[in-house]
Formats: sequence, C-alpha cells, structure tokens
Amino acid sequence: MTYLGPDQDWTKGSVETRFAVPEMHCAGCIAKIERLLPEQPGISAARVNFSGKTVTVTHAGDMAEPDIIRAFDAIGFEAQSLLSTASVERGIALRRLIRALGIAGFAAMNVMLLAVSVWSGAESSARSLFNWISALIAVPAVAYAGRPFFDSALRALRARTTNMDVPISLAVLLAVGLSLYETVAGGQHVWFDGALMLLTFLLAGRVLDEMMRGRAASGAEALVRRTAPGAMRLDAHGGSQWVASDALRVGDRLLIAAGERLAADGIIETGASRFDLSLLTGESAPVAAAPGDIATAGTLNLDAPVTLRVTAVGEARTIAEIARLMESASQSRSRFVRLADRASHLYVPAVHLLALLSFTGWMIAGAGWHQSLIVALAVLIITCPCALGLAVPVAQVVACGAMMRAGLLVKDGSALERLAQADEAVLDKTGTLTLGRPAPHGIEAIPPDRRAIVRGLAMASRHPLAVALRQALGSADVGPAPLTDIVERPGVGVEARFAGQAVAMRRPRADELGADPDDRAAVALDLGTGAPIVIRFADALRPDARQALDELVALGLPARIMSGDRDEAVAAISATLGIAGQGDMRPADKMALLEAEIAAGRHPLMVGDGLNDGPALAAAHVSMAPASASDVGQQAADIVFLGDSLLGLPRAVRAARATMRVVRQNFVLAIGYNICAVPLAMIGMVTPLVAALAMSTSSIIVIANSLRLRGAAR
Amino acid sequence: MNGLLLLIPVALLLGLSGLGAFLWSLRSGQFDDLDGASMRILIEDDEII
Repeated sequence: MTYLGPDQDWTKGSVETRFAVPEMHCAGCIAKIERLLPEQPGISAARVNFSGKTVTVTHAGDMAEPDIIRAFDAIGFEAQSLLSTASVERGIALRRLIRALGIAGFAAMNVMLLAVSVWSGAESSARSLFNWISALIAVPAVAYAGRPFFDSALRALRARTTNMDVPISLAVLLAVGLSLYETVAGGQHVWFDGALMLLTFLLAGRVLDEMMRGRAASGAEALVRRTAPGAMRLDAHGGSQWVASDALRVGDRLLIAAGERLAADGIIETGASRFDLSLLTGESAPVAAAPGDIATAGTLNLDAPVTLRVTAVGEARTIAEIARLMESASQSRSRFVRLADRASHLYVPAVHLLALLSFTGWMIAGAGWHQSLIVALAVLIITCPCALGLAVPVAQVVACGAMMRAGLLVKDGSALERLAQADEAVLDKTGTLTLGRPAPHGIEAIPPDRRAIVRGLAMASRHPLAVALRQALGSADVGPAPLTDIVERPGVGVEARFAGQAVAMRRPRADELGADPDDRAAVALDLGTGAPIVIRFADALRPDARQALDELVALGLPARIMSGDRDEAVAAISATLGIAGQGDMRPADKMALLEAEIAAGRHPLMVGDGLNDGPALAAAHVSMAPASASDVGQQAADIVFLGDSLLGLPRAVRAARATMRVVRQNFVLAIGYNICAVPLAMIGMVTPLVAALAMSTSSIIVIANSLRLRGAAR
Repeated sequence: MNGLLLLIPVALLLGLSGLGAFLWSLRSGQFDDLDGASMRILIEDDEII
C-alpha cells in the first residue's frame, strides 16, 4: 500500500462545476447529456438536475469553462456558466424548514390521536397516561420545530418591534407550559395538539414561501449569463491564452474574434470592425470602429477580429457605472411593504390586547389566575394566524406555478403584489418591443434547391448574421449540403466548393447593394448559378406586439416607448404601433423619468432588456424582462418571460390581479372566522377540541380557495 | 389496559420509523430534483441515440 504525499492531489485534479442548460425539456435531453457528455475529452461525469435546469459536470482540473461549454455545444446543447452559490444556501434553508415540518407533522398526528381518545372519554388513569405520552412527544418536537419562529420573534423583540412570530411564539410556549402544568396536576384540558398543529400549518406556509422563492430564483438564475466571462489574452511571444474577465489587467492585449462580446473597456490597436452597442445604449445600428477608437465592455464585435489594449477593468468599466446607478435605484423599492406585513402590523397588537383583556376580565370577575390564564391562552390559540399565515404564500405559490408553466418566471411574491398595482407600462425598444437580433429579409429569393448550400455556408461561421440566417432557414427544415474546402475569411465571409462549383457567403460589394442605400447589414450569396443574392438584415418587431399592447390598454395600462436609440428609429416603431415614444435617452434619463412618475403617485411597469435599462428596471414600481435580456436586465427585473411573444405581459398582469383577489378573499375568510371564534374564546367556551376543529377547517378553506388559481395564467 | 401498553409503543415505533424514512430521503437528496425523477423513469438504458 502506498500513501500519497500531502502535496499530491488524490482527486487526480478532477473538479465539479455547475452549468445552466435552459433548453432541457424531456427525458431524452437528460439521457443525451448524461450519456454523451462524459464521452467528450476531459469530462468524466455529468449529472442533470432537471428542476433547476442545471448540470453538474465533473471534469479535469485544467479544463477552462469555455472548453466545457464547447463540449456541450458538440452534443447540441447551449450551456451557460453559473455565477453564484446563493442557490446552494437557499437549498439548505429550505431543507431545514422541511425537516422541521416533517417533525412537527409527525408529532402533531400522534398527539392528535392521543387527544382524540381523551376527548372521546378516556378516564382518570388512562387520561393521565395519554397526557404524559403527549408531553413526551410534544415538548422535544416543539423545541425543534418551533425554532424558526422563536428565533425570528427574539430578533424582533431585540429590535423593539413586533412581527407575526411574536404572538405565535407566545401562544405556543404558553400552551406547552400550561399543558405541562395540567399534566402534572392531573387536569382536564391539555393543549399539546393545538400547539403542534399550529406549528405544522405555519411551517407548511413557510416551506411553500421558501420553495417558491427558491424555484423561481433558480429558474431565473439558470438564465443569467455573464456578459463576457473572459477573453483571449495575447502574450509577448504571439501566443494566446483564455483568461477569465476578473483576471484581466489594464495594459493587456486581447484578441477579440468576430461575434465575441468585450470583457473590458479598451482602445483598438489593429483591425477595423463594427460594434453592436445595443446592449449598452439601445442604439440599433452598428457603429464602425478603427485603430485608436475606444470600445466598451459589453459591446459585440460584429465583423472582423481586432486586437484591443485594455484601459479599464472591473469596477472602472463603463458597465460598472450603470451598476452604481442601479444600486441607488433599488433603494426606493425596498420601501414597499408587503400586504402580509401590513396586515400583521394591525393584527399583532389587536391579538395581544384581546388576550390581555380576557385575562383581566376573568380576574376581575373573580375567576382564579389559572382559569383566567387558560381563557387568555384559548384567545391566543384561536387568533393565531394559521389561516393568515397560509393566505398569502399558498395563493402565490399556486399562481407562480401556473405562471411558470406559461413561461413567466416570478422572482418573489412581492412582485405579484406590485404588478397587480401597475397602472402604466413603459417599454424599451431594442430587444423588448423588437427581437433584438437581426432577422433576414428576402430569403424567399433563394431558390429552394440552393437553400441547403446556404445552410452549409451559414453553419461554417459563428458570425451573428450567419447565425441569424441559419435560424431563419432552420424553420424551413433544410439540411446542410455537403460542402468541401470551407474557408472562413474574417471580415470577408465563408468560401467553399459544392459539387465542383465555388460558392460563398460574403460581404456585398458596393455595386451589389443597389440604388437605395440604407444602413442595414447585408450579406451576398454566390450560389454557383445566376447573379449573387443580397440578403438584408433588420431587427424585427416581436410577434403579437400590437395585440399585447392593446390588451395592456384594456387592462388600464397605457403603454409608451422609452429608448436609447435615435429619435427617428423610435418614431418609426411608435408610428407602427400607435403609441407615444421618446428616443435618445441615457440610462440616467430613463431612471429619472420613472422616479418622477412614482413621485407623482403612479405605479409604472418597466419592460426592458438591455444593460442600459438596468437602472430603470430597478427604479420602476415593478419590472419585466425577456429571457433574451442581458444578465443585468434579468437580475434587475421582477419577472422574466420566456419566448418571443409579448403576450406574456398582459397575461402576467391578469394573473397578478387574480392572485391578489384571491389573497384578499383569503384574508376575509381568515379574519371572518376569527371574528366568530374570538367571542367564544373570550367567554371561555373554547376547549382544545373546538380549537383544533376551527383551526384546521379555516386552513383547509383558505388552501382550497387558493387552488382556484391553478389556471390563472391562461 | 394491557393491550394499550403494547399498542401505544408499537404505534409510536411505526410512526418514528416513518419519520426516520422521511429524514433519510431528505438527506440523500431525493427531494432535490422532483421534476427530473419523473422524467428519468422514461430513460431506457440500452437505448441507441
């Protein structure tokens, strides 16, 4: 037997990394990833988590993230690197709550069985035995399962405030203490079952709340991409190496390929290309840049490879300025108080007052302190916000599940409350009203028998225009033609031979563009026969944009456009859609406009995707972003919608309003039951049996009412 | 009464074993991927892709 030295790595350098793969839909995808990925070089295992849409890859330690993403690419999946470990921590918190719920549920069921035999007439010695067994089960169970509430109540008391958990903890501790006394003294009524049932129902509410937050967040997290995870750094000897973006230094020279996003601000040293700034400014037309020009992080290099000398990294980048604006913007939203918290601020003092009143009332009436205390305890248990604690989370979990099935990822419950209040919609143009990617115009001009060649050419390049062409042809279901001698020449195009003929997809010459010059991007296709075909690319409106805006107006949310693009481009779109629009707005302008709206007492819904929309998304009352948005946009938005259609907007508003309607009904049901039961408790009519019946009935009614929301997002 | 002395521990033991099974399944990660578990049953091991 040999032992490894302390400096030797016994794992043989294998590392686990998590990746988001949003496009997993079925069992076939799971099988494909888990079986084919380990066949790729350097990867030893892959494990899919379908709920979180993530894959944990075990790979050799010297593999970089782009290598693994290429391995995913080779088996036909698009993977994105995951940023945070926050979801792991969330999982631990949820698991702790589920464990507490399991224990409280087990104890409640057993104690309830014993309590039923006491209620149905168990006599002196048997009753005493049952009470002792109940005490043995209940005391440790309450000590364990009650901790989330005790901790929270203690924190609130230390800060000299109250929350929902204060009366809960008080009722549970008082019930257990008094029941212990009754058990020892051989008394008639013990409340162990009530205390445990209370904990079980409330923990169920907490688990649902936490589950919804975790699920929606992991769904959104799965879509979060880094703008640019790194870049190819050139060293002094002419070699190049992949470097993560936080390891870049000022003065590094980077090689930026066509179709790559910049990871740092810099000055172009060699090469000339055009850059897509839409993520940063909303400007739709590409901007040309030559040696000596400045390029900023987050922009997309469209045409040709360039070398860039880094001038700013990390916090000094232009992007970081936007991040600072966002931080100041999101402070206003933290002032929003959720409905449940507003309710508890009124509810908690009232409950305490009632319990105190009944205690003093019975003391004055001449009852002993023991009986007075029991009446006060009955009031506390009856008023304990069992149904109230379930009223909001159950409705929101059911609604969010329905919305998730409809392609709307809700980040947290308060987003639904705020969305239900929205009374106007402000939309970004590029990437929000439009698709934000070039769509080819005139592919009908390509003869059907030549389309396979175009597809073969387009598949040879990663240029954005080639990708767009490939996607447009893909819907027509054309397989690629077998091409030979494929050469991609940066800045020029792709050349190849098909059955002996030269074919090409290339940048059009000036004389081919025809009489009407426009600034739209274009490619020319030489297909061996006839004149070259010129395909132009333009950003297209999202399908159903018109209908979605009409539906928003019908819901009482008049829409308008707020864009960073040129005024003329905005005017064209707003004329097509028949809504007001304003162009040439910087991120700070958008934010200021929204803040002015909020100050005027309105509740704007902001829909945007770009980095430049980040501050506005954070400043608005509620915000939504498409799944194609930048990571900043997705993080700042409350709700992310999947797919190209804008119909998700009115659908989300309708679902949010339906949810709040049901939540309000739940409050009425829960409080109505309290109004009936509290007088009974105050005159001492409530026994443990009555309390158990009342508590479970009201909770079940609230849950059943919330389940009506299952079809809310249709 | 003698019956009770036997039955109550039996009932409690059965309940406890259920609780133990639940805690074990929680710890071994069976609740981590609820949607995936329902999909995996459809995967055929000798399937040719």
